[in-house]
This record gives sequence, structure tokens and C-alpha cells, in this order.
Amino acid sequence: MNASHRQAEWRSILRYKDYYRIMGLERDASQDEVKKAYRRLARKYHPDVSDSPDAEQLFKDLGEAYAVLKDPEKRAAYDELGANWKAGQEFKPPPDWDAGFEFSGRGFEAGGPDAFSDFFEGLFGGAGSHGFAGGRTRFDGPGQDHHAKVLISLRDAYRGATRSISLRTPEVDPSGHVINRTRQLNVKIPIGVRKGQRIRLAGQGAPGIGSGRAGDLYLDIDFEPHPLYRVDDKDVYLDLPLTPWEAALGSTIKIPTPSGSVDLKIPAGTRNGKKLRLSNRGIPGNPAGHLYVIAQLTVPPADNEKAKELYNRMRDELAYNPRKHFEG
Amino acid sequence: MNRQALTGILLDDQVFYSLKDVCHVCECQTEWVVALVEQGVLHPSGGGRQAWQFPGSSLHMAMKARRLQQDLNLNLSGVALVLDLLEEIESLRARLDTALTS
Repeated sequence: MNASHRQAEWRSILRYKDYYRIMGLERDASQDEVKKAYRRLARKYHPDVSDSPDAEQLFKDLGEAYAVLKDPEKRAAYDELGANWKAGQEFKPPPDWDAGFEFSGRGFEAGGPDAFSDFFEGLFGGAGSHGFAGGRTRFDGPGQDHHAKVLISLRDAYRGATRSISLRTPEVDPSGHVINRTRQLNVKIPIGVRKGQRIRLAGQGAPGIGSGRAGDLYLDIDFEPHPLYRVDDKDVYLDLPLTPWEAALGSTIKIPTPSGSVDLKIPAGTRNGKKLRLSNRGIPGNPAGHLYVIAQLTVPPADNEKAKELYNRMRDELAYNPRKHFEG
Repeated sequence: MNRQALTGILLDDQVFYSLKDVCHVCECQTEWVVALVEQGVLHPSGGGRQAWQFPGSSLHMAMKARRLQQDLNLNLSGVALVLDLLEEIESLRARLDTALTS
């Protein structure tokens, strides 16, 4: 990357990144401490391990910080900027700050075209973009795979749906700049999809480099929480509040299900917590899941004279002892 | 801009990939996938490498294994252990969520 290209990039606003702070290190940390901090934080922030919603960004920042601090040449150039910058501060590098530094070698292994920040690109050029310093070496390679999380409703899993997805795709323009384009895709969500499943759209990831094939797009399916239903794999659970007389005498109750309401027969003598199974009314599939209705007995309040009288009569006439098993 | 709705492939256990497909999609070597099978990370059906059929969920598992191995500098036994523990944590979390909401 030549000097005029660098100057052009600096016209856009760059935000200073404090690589030492990202890695929790002092500015005089040894190379060994840099390596140790990276290993420790990589285990902590790895997006496949951490359940933090920020894990991906934290891991990217860490990778970028490590790419600079592990490399004595890059670290020296970064240190040259001085310690008085604050993270996020608008950043303009001093003229010719990098004179005398030659960047070489392969960049961060996991780096894809959008792996590193504009700040990094402004300082070190495209070293992070394609794995090679300064974009001097051209090679062909497959485009990066993209991953997107798609939130669907339980109803979508029963009926299928089409979802619109916005993707930020980095592309290299004819002059070699990496620019981000937003693409809008409409994707069919098939009937019977379950939480945690993935949909693969071949060739819908980032474009390939040179004559390489385009990456793939993977959609991770997650369900929006539902006020009535809980989902466990392909089975669906519904809590059904019952009055004592409905549970004791039995009754037929109209209940909602994700595929429409049905009449459910409650057998006489239904106990609290009893599971009633409606076969094949869970998430559709081959085989389909089941819908489980959990009986939840409720106690009518004794908040008026009539109710109190009824409870008193039950106490006197039913001779019911729910704690019989306490007695030897 | 593509406005037509795209249909992807649902990576469930009804769709199968050959060893060659897995290598192509995950951009990895045959021997590496074989090693994942030997570690018990992937469970293809069918006898013999040429006849192996990997269920759709294997693709995600293989890619995850690859990222863990590269990013955390692990050997394959370490990767297999991490994947087992992650699966266990996930199932415990799911049980906890169910217990907390019921």
C-alpha cells in the first residue's frame, strides 16, 4: 500500500484503539506477557465458548490488539504514536509516523476482510485483510462465511416464514479499498425448524478473493420467547391453570395451541403437575414433536362470605388429609 | 439486490453429506475430518470412509472444532473435550431455563 493510499484513508475519521487496554496490559509488558494475555483472553472471549453477547466483538478486538502487539515492528510503530491517546478519541496519525518501519509477514490467521478496524487499516494498511502485508501479494481464496442469528416466532416454526436479513459484506473496490456494502436477502424459513438449527445458503457469504468461490451464509435459528409456550427441541409445553372442581370432577377445556385451539379433555382426579400429551401437536416434522399440557391447580381466594362458607363446608365434610404420609 | 426469497438447506439430521462434501464446505483436509471421527466428535453413518454419511449438524460441529483448534491453539483431544463440555453446559443451561420458567 503506497503513501498516497494511506493519506486517502486518513481523511475518514479514525478512532484511536488502546490495544494495551484491550489486552489488560501495561505499556511496558514483555512479549511473553502479551502472548500469555492473548491466550487467557482468547479462551475467555472465544465466540464458540463465551455466552456473552459481545464475545464476537471482544474476540475481534483482542485479535487485532494481538496482531499489533505480538509483532515487534508493528508494536514499535504503534508505540510511536504515544501514550496520550484515549480509546475512541478521533485519531490523526502524525505525518510520516511510519517512516522507517517495514511491515512484513502474515497477519492474524483468523482475520477475514472485515476482521480489523479502520484504525488498524489506517495504520497498517490491509495487513489484516487478506493475511498478507500491505496487499502487495495477490492470491485466490474462498470468501469468508457469514453467520447471522435469526429470531423467529414459534408460529413461524409451525407455518414457515420468509425473513429479510441485512448483511454487511466487505468488498474490495477496483482501487483496492475495502468497503462495506449492505445486502438485503429474503430467506425462507422452513416449516419444522427448531431452536439452535442452522440453515446453510451456499455462496451467499462474502465474495471470493480473486477467482476463489464465495463464502456461505449460515443462519442460526433462535425463537422469540412466547408468553404461553415453552419449547424444548421439538416439544412444546403449555401450563394450564385449572380450578379444583375442573381437576377433581374432570372437564373439557378449550386450550390454545400454536396450530390453533383444541378441546382438551381433563380426566377426573387430575393432580397438580400432571402432564397431558397431545401427540404430534409440537413442532411439525418427521416425526413431529408433541404438545405437553401441564396441569396447574389454582386455589380460589376465600375473599367473601360465600367463599369462606364453601371452604368451611369442605373442611367439615370432606375429611381430606393431604399430609397422610407424614404420619409414620 | 436480490428480492426473491432464497431457500437454504436446513442442517438437520435428515440431510447428509459425504466426507468430500464436509471437506469442501469446511475447507479442511480429509485426514483432519477422519481424526475428528476418531475422536468421536463427528458420527457418520455407513461403513468405510467412502460410504460415510455425515448428518447436517456435522458441518457446524466441524467448523466449530476448526475455529477452536486454530484460535486457541488446541490439539484434537483438547477440541473434543471442549466440545463435550460445551454441550453439557448447554444442556444444563436449558434445564435451568426450564426449571426457572416453570
